[in-house]
Amino acid sequence: MDKIIVGLKRVVDYNVRVQVRSDGSGVETDGVKMSINPFDEIALEEALRIREAGNANEVIAVSIGSADAQQQLRTGLAMGADRAILVAVDQDLDPLSVARVFQAIAAKENAGLVMLGKQAIDGDNSQVAQMLAALWDRPQATFASGVSIEGDTARVVREVDAGLETIEVDLPAVISVDLRLNEPRYVKLPDIMKAKKKPLDEIALSDLGVEAAPKVRELSYAPPAARQRGIMVDDVAGLVAALKDKGLV
Amino acid sequence: MARILIVAEHDGSDLNPSTAKCVSCAAAIDGAEIDVVVLAANVADIAAKAAEIAGIARVLTVERAENENAVAAILAPQVAALAGDYAYVFGPSTTFGRDLMPRVAALLGVNQVSDIMSVEGSHTFKRPIYAGNAIVTVEAPPDTVLIATVRVASWPTAAAGGSAPVEAASADTELPVHTRYIGLESAASDRPDLQTAATVVAGGRAFGSEENFQLLYALADTLGAGVGASRAAVDAGYCANDMQVGQTGKIIAPDLYIAIGISGAIQHLTGIKDAGTIVAINKDEEAPIFEVADIGLAGDLNSAVPELTNALSK
Ligand SMILES: Cc1cc2nc3c(=O)[nH]c(=O)nc-3n(C[C@H](O)[C@H](O)[C@H](O)COP(=O)(O)OP(=O)(O)OC[C@H]3O[C@@H](n4cnc5c(N)ncnc54)[C@H](O)[C@@H]3O)c2cc1C
Repeated sequence: MDKIIVGLKRVVDYNVRVQVRSDGSGVETDGVKMSINPFDEIALEEALRIREAGNANEVIAVSIGSADAQQQLRTGLAMGADRAILVAVDQDLDPLSVARVFQAIAAKENAGLVMLGKQAIDGDNSQVAQMLAALWDRPQATFASGVSIEGDTARVVREVDAGLETIEVDLPAVISVDLRLNEPRYVKLPDIMKAKKKPLDEIALSDLGVEAAPKVRELSYAPPAARQRGIMVDDVAGLVAALKDKGLV
Repeated sequence: MARILIVAEHDGSDLNPSTAKCVSCAAAIDGAEIDVVVLAANVADIAAKAAEIAGIARVLTVERAENENAVAAILAPQVAALAGDYAYVFGPSTTFGRDLMPRVAALLGVNQVSDIMSVEGSHTFKRPIYAGNAIVTVEAPPDTVLIATVRVASWPTAAAGGSAPVEAASADTELPVHTRYIGLESAASDRPDLQTAATVVAGGRAFGSEENFQLLYALADTLGAGVGASRAAVDAGYCANDMQVGQTGKIIAPDLYIAIGISGAIQHLTGIKDAGTIVAINKDEEAPIFEVADIGLAGDLNSAVPELTNALSK
């Protein structure tokens, strides 16, 4: 195949303990560390490995977001993506509109594969890959923990509730990746320097002719019901007694 | 009246308990009239089970050889074809529903509400974001069909004892051939299913080896419990992938959850927030798991677990 498109979303870093603003208007993101969505980083790593194995020519990193997302794209370029595209939007796009953007880019680039994270750890929607596959009328292989390219097909192992499912899909296809697929490489300093010279194009949503979809509106935010710290027991006998007390054993 | 279609989850022969949980969620919508659709190669047994769920109006069946395995690209156009008669189409937040429902939504040109925790109004729901660190109230557009997944850990199993009529439905759509099911590798176990067990014991990295996980299995068998694990334990190869509990594993709500040698990372806690009672055994008194545990025991699992198994088997 010629090209692989990888989505890189800028999200609050997974180590940050996210706080809801006291007025319920959203989640505190000011001054918070931002990173590539961890699942997306794995998608990029897999795309790079496919290219390195000679099964693709080019890896294109795409982010949809504010100008700040250039940082994440630069990191992607430093990891090894050949070029990057920033689709500039000034507000959060809904999953269906994001899928439409990827469809437009996949068509324009004549992509052989689109690789995305199985979910973004901010909205936790887990929708874009499946939606893109539907719009594009192509196969989807979600929650991938193993990918092998065999000519015009891909064999994908999927992490499903019942265990590990294997499917075979014709290319082009959409793959959404799970955490166990690989361990992303570390970026080295010379790669960061090199990445500065790689092309990063910015395009507007309107250039792609994408229409925004009817939105699910977010009305208000609240912290989850907190669990209280309970009692500490001294030994196993104390534990058994406490469980019996609650009628649990 | 609000017509709601629920896509049944099954493994080809048995109905998955997630379906009855979706029914509870659907029933929380005012004026709900609930149909369940079974798409399978052999629908009879599954449909008969679905018909026993109390509170549903009809069971629809779509029997096609192509429906032998749950392949989203094959099921989605059939579900989309049936959606025209409904104001809502729900599926479970299991990997089955998460794979299928967004594909249905996109075919219908709408967004999806993922992981409904509670119903606040006809089109308003609560759902978790940021690994459950925030709960957002969302409103879906009222003038289009509403596609959603139901966060199964948030809902009780709808009662049995119903006897809904079973009707064959036609979803005559052309189905793609670009996706082929090859097989499922399942770590078969006789223990209760992790997602529905009343008691779950779970082990973390601290077990140190696959062999040492036997301590956990012995405790589970004494309690009749399902077995879960942290991501670290799964990644280290101590147990099978499908045992992972948490943001990227299973979200569960047992009456009793016993976390052993698990530190309590946010991503793990996301999976057990709705458990009735949380017990933690950890040798580090400062471990974050104790902040959410109802009963904590600071101690070494290598002695505490066999001792507990022993005490409980008397
Ligand atoms: C995007 C993302 C998603 C993730 N999803 C998940 C998920 O779904 N589920 C999940 O679990 N994790 C998930 N993680 C990983 C998570 O952040 C933690 O790394 C993981 O949960 C740690 O597992 P653990 O508690 O077993 O290991 P550790 O954090 O290493 O904890 C081991 C604990 O065992 C205790 N211990 C050690 N020896 C003993 C002993 N002899 N007796 C008693 N106690 C002992 C230690 O004090 C420690 O508290 C995710 C991470 C990311 C980035």
